[in-house]
Parts: sequence; C-alpha cells; structure tokens
Amino acid sequence: MPENTSHEEPDLIQLLTPEGELVEHPDYPIDLTPEEIRGLYRDLVLVRRIDTEAVALQRQGELGLWASLLGQEAAQVGSGRALRPGDMAFPSYRDHGVAWCRGVSHKSLLGLYRGVTNGGWDPAEHGFHLYTIVIGSQALHATGYAMGVQRDGAVGEDGEAVITYFGDGATSQGDTNEAFNFAAVNNAPVVFFCQNNQWAISEPLERQSRVPIYRRAAGFGFPGVRIDGNDVFASLAVTRKALQSAREGQGPTLIEAFTYRMGAHTTNDDPTRYRMSAELEEWRLKDPISRLWAYLANTGLADDAFFASIEAESEELAEQVRRDCRSLPDPRPLDIFTHTYAEPHSHLDRQRSEFADYLASFEGAGTEGGR
Amino acid sequence: MSTKLTIGKAINAGLRRSMEADPKVLIMGEDVGKLGGVFRVTDGLYKDFGADRVIDTPLAESGIIGTAIGMALRGYRPVCEIQFDGFFFPAANQTFTQLAKMRARSGGTLKMPVVLRIPYGGGIGAVEHHSESPEAYFAHTPGLRVVTVANAVDAYWMIQQAITSDDPVIFFEPKRRYYEKADVDTEPPLASAYRMDGARVARPGADITLLAYGPMVKTAIQAAEADTEHDIEVVDLRSLSPVDYATLNASVRRTGRLVITHEAPLSSGLGAEIAARVTQDCFYHLEAPVIRVAGFDTPYPPSRLEEHYLPDLDRVLDGVDRSFAF
Repeated sequence: MPENTSHEEPDLIQLLTPEGELVEHPDYPIDLTPEEIRGLYRDLVLVRRIDTEAVALQRQGELGLWASLLGQEAAQVGSGRALRPGDMAFPSYRDHGVAWCRGVSHKSLLGLYRGVTNGGWDPAEHGFHLYTIVIGSQALHATGYAMGVQRDGAVGEDGEAVITYFGDGATSQGDTNEAFNFAAVNNAPVVFFCQNNQWAISEPLERQSRVPIYRRAAGFGFPGVRIDGNDVFASLAVTRKALQSAREGQGPTLIEAFTYRMGAHTTNDDPTRYRMSAELEEWRLKDPISRLWAYLANTGLADDAFFASIEAESEELAEQVRRDCRSLPDPRPLDIFTHTYAEPHSHLDRQRSEFADYLASFEGAGTEGGR
Repeated sequence: MSTKLTIGKAINAGLRRSMEADPKVLIMGEDVGKLGGVFRVTDGLYKDFGADRVIDTPLAESGIIGTAIGMALRGYRPVCEIQFDGFFFPAANQTFTQLAKMRARSGGTLKMPVVLRIPYGGGIGAVEHHSESPEAYFAHTPGLRVVTVANAVDAYWMIQQAITSDDPVIFFEPKRRYYEKADVDTEPPLASAYRMDGARVARPGADITLLAYGPMVKTAIQAAEADTEHDIEVVDLRSLSPVDYATLNASVRRTGRLVITHEAPLSSGLGAEIAARVTQDCFYHLEAPVIRVAGFDTPYPPSRLEEHYLPDLDRVLDGVDRSFAF
C-alpha cells in the first residue's frame, strides 16, 4: 500500500481509540464535561439518522440525489462543535453533520437535494455558508471572508475564525491551492478542514496526491496536522486549537481528518465497481459512533436509559425527516426569475412578463394546456 | 468643476471617490499597489488608502475573484483588476459558477457587489492574449451585469455606479482608448448621474443607426463624420447586459437601418443577439437586414495583422453601404 493511504501514519492524532479508550496527548487535553460528551454522542447518532433517512428518501424518489456522510460523522460533528457562534463555516456538499451543529435544519438540506432550491438557508444567520458543489471553490471564499475578518479588526483572543471543508479530491484543484497560498500570504484566520475519506468518486487517494495531504501545508508555510477523522474528540480538540490559533492572528492551519466514505459518493454512484468490500469491513471496525458508545458505556458516563432515550429521539427524528421532505412545497414557475439580480434587469423583466402571459394563456383551459 | 481627464485618469478619479465615500470599497489585483497597475489606473490609491484597501494579490486570477467573493460575503465591495482580457480565463470558474449565481442560489439572501475591471480589445500592438474581446461570454451569463465605456465622462461615472451596484459588474475598459481625453465635471453627486445601463446617442443622424461600444465608438463617430452621403446616427451602447433596447429601438425606428460593429468575433457575438432582438422589435421599420461589422472567427491575430482584423473606418462604412444596397 502506498505511504499516503496508510492509516498507520505516526503523526495521526487520536484521542479515542476504536475500542473506546482515551489516549492522552500533551497538546490536546480533553476538557469536556460528561454532558458535552453525551451531547456529542447524540449529535453523531442523529446526523447519521438524518443521513440514513435521506438515502432512503432518494430511493423512494422523494429526493433527486443525496450525498451520504456515512462514516464521516465524527470529523464533522467534532469540528462543527469546535466552532463558536460568531465563526463562519464554508462547507462542500456532504457536510450535513456540520450543518447540524450550525443549526441548519434537515429540511433545508433536503430542499437542496429535492430540487426546490439551490441554497436553502441564510448563511449569516447560521454562520454556515451555502453548500458549494464545484470542488474546492469554497476554499477561496473562506479565505476572502477571513481577509475581511482581518480588515474588520475582528482578530484577537475573542475574535472570529473561519473554517472551510473539502475532501481529498479537492486538494488537486487549483482553487484549493490558491486558497492555501492566499491564506498564507495574508496570514488569514482560516482553518482548512480536509476530510480525507480516501475516495473521490472512484479515484483512490493515490490518484490525487503523492504526499500525505497534511504535509502540503508546510510547502505553503503553515502547520498541517493529521487526525483520526473517526475520533470525535480529536476532531473537536484539534479544530478548536486551530481555530483559536487563527483567531489570535497566528494564521491558517490545515487539518487532514483521516476517515472513510462508507457509502457511495452519492446515491447515483456504485462503489462495487471500483473498491473491495474488505476495505469497508476494515473501516467498519473504526466506526465513530461505536467507539464513543463504548467509551460512554465503559466509563459509566451514560446508562441504558440514556442510550434508549437517544434511540427514541432518533426514531422521532426519522419520522419528522420523512414528513418534512414530503411536505416541502414546490417553487412556483415565476420564481425562476426572482433573484437573478438584486436590481432590475430589462431583459429579465421582459422575459418574465412574456412567460407570465404565456402561463396565463392556459387559465381556464384545463391542466393539459389546451392548444 | 470641470477637469480634463483621460479615460484611465477618469476611472482612477472614480475609484478614489468611491473609496472616499465608502470604507468597504477595496481594490484587489496584480500590481495594483505601489505600481498603480500596468496601465496606472489605480495610481496613487495605495499611497492614500493603504495596503489593507489596495491589495496586491498573489499572481492568481481565480484566487483574486474567489477571495473577492468571500470579501463580499463579509460586507466588502471589492473592485478587482484583471490585468488583461486574455488573463481572465483562469478566473472563469469563480466568475461563472460562483459570482454570477450566488444571489440566485441564495434565494436573494446574499448579494455580490463585486466589480471586475478588465482592460480589453486590440490595437496596441501587443503580444498574444493581450488584445481580446471576451464580452459575449459575460453577457451570456445570467447574474452578471456587463458595461463598457467609450469616453472619460462615462468612465468617471460608470465605475462609481458599478461599485454601488449590489450585482456583480464586469467593467470593460477600452485599453487602446485609455489616453483619450475629455472634460469631466467631477462635482455633481453620483445620484444625479444617468444610469449605467442606458445607451446614449453619441451622434444624432437621420439615415442609418450605427451601433458601437467601447473602443469602437470613436471609430464609429469618425466613420459617420467621413460619410458625406449618409446622415449616420451613432449609438454608444454602454451596457452590454442589459442592453437598452428602448433607446436602440427608438433610433432604428427613426432611421430604418442598423449596422452593428464590435471587435469581438462575428459569430454568436453581441451583434448577433442584438440583431435578432431589433429585427423582432422593429421588423416593420427596417429597410434592410441588420448588418454586422466585426472581428473574424479566428484567434486574435499577431499584431502585424491586427489592422486587418479590427473593423476600421472603411470596413464600417462598407457595412453602411451594404445596408443601403438593399
């Protein structure tokens, strides 16, 4: 196996083993209350449940597409919970766990994949920008936003930090590399959070990079770290520290969360064509939820009643997700024109008016058109 | 107070006034700082507004537009300089997939007050990639506004209007005309100026309408003055998206004839779209088909050939003659 796909990297930061045992790390102490740890467990279970339901809804024809986060819950929830309310996140399109942490409802995410909107939430309200589908583009937006934070004088101990999410495939994009460079040159308060899930659709990591992704940061002049992406404690602690460093004016950090895409790239993909199921079995043993369950159970920080209550909440949420998805209203035909420009545009005004007349010509002629 | 300004200096004065009026206005680009840009359009701004507001960026066009989008999301109004027309293309992804669509995909929640200044067109004896006219790509992209200027007065006002727009504006600067001078009254408040999306009758006439924009406006006026047989009306389009069809159609209905000229390649250019629209709107007023005089459907040629590629006075008048031949 090439070096860059080895998960035996000595530099991998892990605070919770797959067996659910804590690992002491001098730079990343775990200072979480039992309440917070139980909260993380709840987050992981519920975002996985939303994801499971969404895949099923796609199979039932209720969604056009879904990009599953299965296996990446810890990377997303840990880093998402490291953010402060005033921080800003720039996601890709699989970051439903971060969305959850930022208070973006599942209904908004479903709207995007059902095709009722191309956005779906107010980025400023949630500190969570719209999903970005063109790979790597958002890394530059995050960097520019962070340059704005600098110009607002919002850098400092209680300052604001910016984080952007992308995958291993995105590290091949020019935009991602330009973002690394712009951020470094400007010392911008931004954290680059790469979820290396080993696969960019059908292309394994060795088709993207000759070096471990986190080491690329050194070439741009800022620190890069690799974490066990299935370890919610590591994700939270390392991201929190990187955000704090950005906040305080120390510039960017690249975090490579070493994880695995347990599902297909999207519901349109068929991974049996390009990867071995043995690989999946190996990663199943490192499941992010099982290890936290083991930790909570073994230490007595949670009892059966707690796990049962989360299970019940998960069932309720699943029901809600199904209901919300089916009840999403379709947009109206003239909504096509509404938000292309902020200010009037004569071409569009004319087209809208002509199309409205055309639609009106069917009124009273039945639903088939009537020509 | 009226001042004699070149187009380049007028844009500079407009940028300065915008930066004074709004602390959120930023300049970004390659060499825009101490050098003042390769055409000196941002001259002096770095000295007066500092490195935080006049940002010398790394040499990466996608990075410039991509970070400008982020700045706009943070509440800034970046004015990005793309050094030459032919160097825009590395930024195509950020411009077409992100900048242009951001407002629509946000359902109107977000705005993108970003200006891209692009010196464009040929006629300066430049090397490859320094003489192109890519305006049709932008005009074909929903979400963008596209304008260009032909004189210093428009340059001064329209750059300010572009900056105050909450939509992304592509601001094309006619590089071979940068040094054309005009008297510019810089005193009136911006609000009292005309709107940048309105066309302008640059020279009234009765027999035929000659439509031009940017660098071709001067050529069109020269052609009109050289033609002793026909009374040519020259319309300076100014805005390429949207096109001011009210002004253009009114002119064509008066004259019954239209010739469109641009430096950009003929096929699928702005002229084609405008011809289709005007033909539809003014069908019963037209005495002849709409004639186009444009660059050829070739890559921009080596500069020793550009005088044959660029529509000049004679080719424009040949177009006028072709219209009257019907």
